[in-house]
Amino acid sequence: MSTRIARSTPGARAAMVIAALGLIVLAAAPWWAGRADMRLLGEIYLYLSLAVLWNLMAGYAGLVSVGQQAYVGFGGYMLFALTMFAGLHPILAILLGGVLAAAISVPIAALIFRLKGAYFAIGTWVMAEVFRLSFAQASSLGGGSGSSLPVDVVRSLADSRSGREALSYWLALGAAVTVMACVYLFLRSRRGLALTAIRDSEVAAAGLGINIWRTKLEVYVVTSAFTAIIGGLIFLQKLRISPDAAFSVNDWTAFVIFIVVIGGIGTLEGPIIGTILFFLLRETLADLGTIYLIVLGLVAIVIMLKAPKGVWGLIRSRFDLELFPLSYRVRTDAPDKGA
Amino acid sequence: MSALLSVSELQKSFGAVVVADASSFDVAQGEAVGILGPNGAGKTSLFNLITGSLRPDGGAIRFEGRDITSASAAARCKMGVARSFQIPQPFVGMTVFENALVGATQGAGLPAAEAEAHALDVLHETGLFAKANMRAGSLSLLERKRLELARALAAKPKLLLLDEIAGGLTDAECGALIDTIKRIHAKGTTIIWIEHVVHALMAVVERLIVIDFGRKIAEGEPKAIMESAEVKEIYLGIAADG
Ligand SMILES: Nc1ncnc2c1ncn2[C@@H]1O[C@H](COP(=O)(O)OP(=O)(O)OP(=O)(O)O)[C@@H](O)[C@H]1O
Ligand SMILES: [Mg+2]
Repeated sequence: MSTRIARSTPGARAAMVIAALGLIVLAAAPWWAGRADMRLLGEIYLYLSLAVLWNLMAGYAGLVSVGQQAYVGFGGYMLFALTMFAGLHPILAILLGGVLAAAISVPIAALIFRLKGAYFAIGTWVMAEVFRLSFAQASSLGGGSGSSLPVDVVRSLADSRSGREALSYWLALGAAVTVMACVYLFLRSRRGLALTAIRDSEVAAAGLGINIWRTKLEVYVVTSAFTAIIGGLIFLQKLRISPDAAFSVNDWTAFVIFIVVIGGIGTLEGPIIGTILFFLLRETLADLGTIYLIVLGLVAIVIMLKAPKGVWGLIRSRFDLELFPLSYRVRTDAPDKGA
Repeated sequence: MSALLSVSELQKSFGAVVVADASSFDVAQGEAVGILGPNGAGKTSLFNLITGSLRPDGGAIRFEGRDITSASAAARCKMGVARSFQIPQPFVGMTVFENALVGATQGAGLPAAEAEAHALDVLHETGLFAKANMRAGSLSLLERKRLELARALAAKPKLLLLDEIAGGLTDAECGALIDTIKRIHAKGTTIIWIEHVVHALMAVVERLIVIDFGRKIAEGEPKAIMESAEVKEIYLGIAADG
């Protein structure tokens, strides 16, 4: 009898094939989808990315931040500032915004990591408010009323409007795929195994040689950088920025937490399911006005009570399913019977 | 002979509760030491201090001659100190195999293939192999205790700290556990074992330390210690088990 370790299941392989085919169809959207549908899809990709990132930080590293809008807004503002004042190409400006966000997230982490639990959450929110108030002071960026992306900057993306829309659609799709792939590959690595251990028990993880503080810092810096890049892409779609829109706790944190919690926190599949559910609800209830928010709240409460591990947790407890093959399966190949 | 672990004048209290009161003792390389004491005596707290999940108010801890009093829990594990938790702390969302793999890749720092092989070995050693693909969250309490042992072993410790892993076992299971711990000890691992199941402890350890109110009240050859008046007094109720 021999034993081997397998890391993939037939279900996961089928999911990968379906995902690859789906991706080809989605990449071709500029040829088959209308303008409004493309905008909606682009928004879905960016929300999916924010949810995957927040889930990595809160669901795995235990850093329950309610202030990631700080980095969304920062990335958005860097797009505007670096294109307008440094003359950078928008894509370059967005990437550089991510690098700068990583740099400022280190001192912020040094400050807020001293806070535990609810105090940490409050600390992140205060930080985001500091960001919002600071950018509202920047008169060259329009102060409190914000500014629009100059026409020549917009033109530098593509000459035609449809060309620009296709490009910003592909950028959003590319960002979502990149974020998913990076998080998946990270969780599959040995450091991802360590992070998953932290998710389940910090005290046991520390006792087994895992440096908790360093791991959390790395996760915080990387998610903040990616969140800023997504923020840049969000405001590249909107072409207009203001402090209230850029640092909105509702848009960039509350909805994202809703997505992750109803989908299933601490799993890679959860944010995907959550994003689909969120947009289904939003698109069907959008006409109801404020009732839409009340319904969202009710859905969140019911799911938290009935399925604390989210919809994916519910599915997973019934069927031993895994769309992303992260698990190690021990297989024993028994020799021929009677041999 | 120089000590593997040396604890000197260790002091720790939670408000009025003193859990370590100037405790000092040495553990030699390759030794198996038992720790006895009534509930709340400070036994688990002593492990927390040795592994670094608790900071002492005073005193020093040395491991292999190095002062580790201010080293992090993770650093101490990498140096070779691993423990089982009295209240099991499994990684509930991970499989039993993955739990062991964390110890092998992180604590022992083994490369992938070796880590997997070692994790499988400890699952065989601890009788958990049949459950390798189960989520740790679905294990029973006894299985969780065995997983504590497996995970600590996976980290390839020089010093293994065991906190009450024999409670609630049947005689046969307890016998198997004693054999396992003897085997681990015979391979050269130094062991400190906290246990209320006195006969299990007596079967393995070469020396006993008795703690009460955070103070070391007796230390020495197990049989002699168990017969001393002080221990009989503390263990009036529990000694029947031995
Ligand atoms: N983190 C803590 N904060 C406050 N008090 C604590 C803490 N940890 C332990 N104590 C107290 O310290 C005392 C010693 O606890 P400890 O767990 O070390 O005892 P023990 O000897 O392991 O007991 P048992 O045999 O029941 O496991 C107890 O009174 C306990 O309530
Ligand atoms: Mg205890």
